[in-house]
Amino acid sequence: MSRAEALQAPAAPDAAAGPGRPNPLWTFGLLRSELVTTVRRWRTLALLGVLAAVPVLVGIAVKIETRGGSTAGPSGGDGPAFIAQITNNGLFLVFTALAATLPFFLPMAVGVIAGDAIAGEAGAGTLRYLLVAPAGRTRLLLTKYTTVMAFCVLATLVVAVSALIVGALLFPLGDLTTISGTRISFAEGLGRALLIALVVAASLVGIAALGLFVSTLTNSGIAAMATTVGLLITVQILDQIPQLHALQPYFFSHYWLSFADLMRDPVYWDDLVRNLGLQALYAAVFGSAAWARFTTKDISA
Amino acid sequence: MAPYESDEATGAGQDEDLHSGRRKAARYVVPVAVVGVAAATIGLVPALADSGSPDLPKISAQQLIEKIAKSDVQQLSGTVKVSTDLGLPDLGGLESSLASGAAQGGDGSSADPTSKLTELVSGTHTLRVATDGPDRQKLSLLESGAEYSLIHDGKNVWGYDSKSNEVFHGTAADSGKKHRAEPPATPKGFADEALKSVDDTTSVTVDGTAQVAGRDAYKLLIKPKQSGTTVGAISIAVDAKTGMPLKFTLTPKSGGAAVLDAGFTQVSFAKPAGSTFDFTPPKGAKVTEEKKDESRAPEHAPKSGEDFAQGLEGANVLGKGWTSIATFDTGAKGGLPSGSEGGAFGGFLGSLGDHVSGKFGKGTVFSTRLVNALITDDGKVYAGAVTKDTLVKAANEGK
Repeated sequence: MSRAEALQAPAAPDAAAGPGRPNPLWTFGLLRSELVTTVRRWRTLALLGVLAAVPVLVGIAVKIETRGGSTAGPSGGDGPAFIAQITNNGLFLVFTALAATLPFFLPMAVGVIAGDAIAGEAGAGTLRYLLVAPAGRTRLLLTKYTTVMAFCVLATLVVAVSALIVGALLFPLGDLTTISGTRISFAEGLGRALLIALVVAASLVGIAALGLFVSTLTNSGIAAMATTVGLLITVQILDQIPQLHALQPYFFSHYWLSFADLMRDPVYWDDLVRNLGLQALYAAVFGSAAWARFTTKDISA
Repeated sequence: MAPYESDEATGAGQDEDLHSGRRKAARYVVPVAVVGVAAATIGLVPALADSGSPDLPKISAQQLIEKIAKSDVQQLSGTVKVSTDLGLPDLGGLESSLASGAAQGGDGSSADPTSKLTELVSGTHTLRVATDGPDRQKLSLLESGAEYSLIHDGKNVWGYDSKSNEVFHGTAADSGKKHRAEPPATPKGFADEALKSVDDTTSVTVDGTAQVAGRDAYKLLIKPKQSGTTVGAISIAVDAKTGMPLKFTLTPKSGGAAVLDAGFTQVSFAKPAGSTFDFTPPKGAKVTEEKKDESRAPEHAPKSGEDFAQGLEGANVLGKGWTSIATFDTGAKGGLPSGSEGGAFGGFLGSLGDHVSGKFGKGTVFSTRLVNALITDDGKVYAGAVTKDTLVKAANEGK
């Protein structure tokens, strides 16, 4: 219904200056300009640079630690998941890097971009100009959310590709052993790595929607970013408190590390499905809340 | 509907303002409705899922027990959820460091099955089992981001801990007894142990039907007739078609949550993929061979919930049925096992128990929700799924 209204709204006679009825190509134009603006920002590039550096650090650290032939990590097996297998197969660096960045680095980057989406425009005084164009608020919001989700995929792929390059340079590649002890070919391993990257990107959809909602509440981009990242930290801490176990299945971060279940053979789907369902729920709740807020608020800046 | 998306410049009348205000508020109904629908789904779907008891032909308890005995499931794969709540004090990190300490004391491999399966004693765990005939079994313990697999393929028994990338290798010939054909943590393993104890001290009834892992099942209820035991009841859900136990629940007499609850959440009687049982140690993994000459003392064996029925090996058993008490002499003066952990640890243990005295002298009782143990100051141990008073009485009579 909202889409239909957005289409009808500019059809009013006063929209004569713009195209009579915005066609889908126009929407793509808006999305493209949003994407280009987001990716070209120094802030975005710095975030992606930090993300790309994590696998490099992990890879070099493991390489140095295992130079004498010792195994990686303490013998008890602490540290990020999969870290013990990196020396045998560089592909495991992809999984380790994602496991290391998913709890904090990745969602923080997404929180910054999502928090900035609306509030940043409002703070810079450019939001009203965006709305002067016959785009409609719903469409602008959808474009912003699509941009944030594209950033989720981009950020995850930056981590994965950087890890794959570092892993290939420092460690041998080849057939790999799943954590269930069965063997799969390198090609299938790569396929699973891509699937894991997509699942990790999808895991960030929830916090992206949350960040977008926060962003519609305020006119200060910094406030929205800080709130989103603060919420992330709070939820991550609450997820560690055993007394709150009844609530924890509803925290957006609770099933994040379930992507490791894709490395089991056969794949254990239960937690993966729960994770994706939870992210979809967060996207629906906070996406519609953001829509309700953004389409009704007074735009003064 | 009036255009309100980009109509800020349009002058609106008073009435329209009122209307749009109401309409603005109405938009917040959407997220609230989404939350409502989600909450209703979360609340209702599990309720609908175990949609009561399926209609199955009547069966007597005796027939059901025979059905279990006759059950000959050769091929199976499934997921088992095991929850144990012995009511042990939550020692957190200490507990795991003790467990790993015990493992290090063994042979230092975290892939050693005996140390790994000890983890099942507390908390909730998800296991995967796959069986293809008597020669090929696999039991996997699912951990966060890691997995421990115990694979029996013909002559070889492999343990693989993906977290530390360590491998344990044994041969089935000399370890056949320990790595039993059927993994002990499945509902079938528990049910077999429980049915061993069925005698005249026990009442066995069929308690309706249930749905377990999407299959129709009979419920077998086992209740001790004797007083003095801490076991309240044992409920076993038996698959109506194959006679395979699908769920095992042990509730204590004191009420509350089940002490042991092991059940399939998903089960299939199709032949598992052959590659499931293939294992070659990954490159660079540390492989520990089972030591042949080592007399693996039973105290290293997993003391899982099955102990309640069979008692400790090499121990004398007092009484019979559900109130049987295992007793053995540690030979250690001072009451508490003064093992490698040292005196400080012994003192710590002592503070956890209740001090009792009687004709037998003085001792300390350690209580869990199921098993109570009395360690006397002259080094004798009495343990069983019985109440504290029964334990003290037995110790007095034993003197």
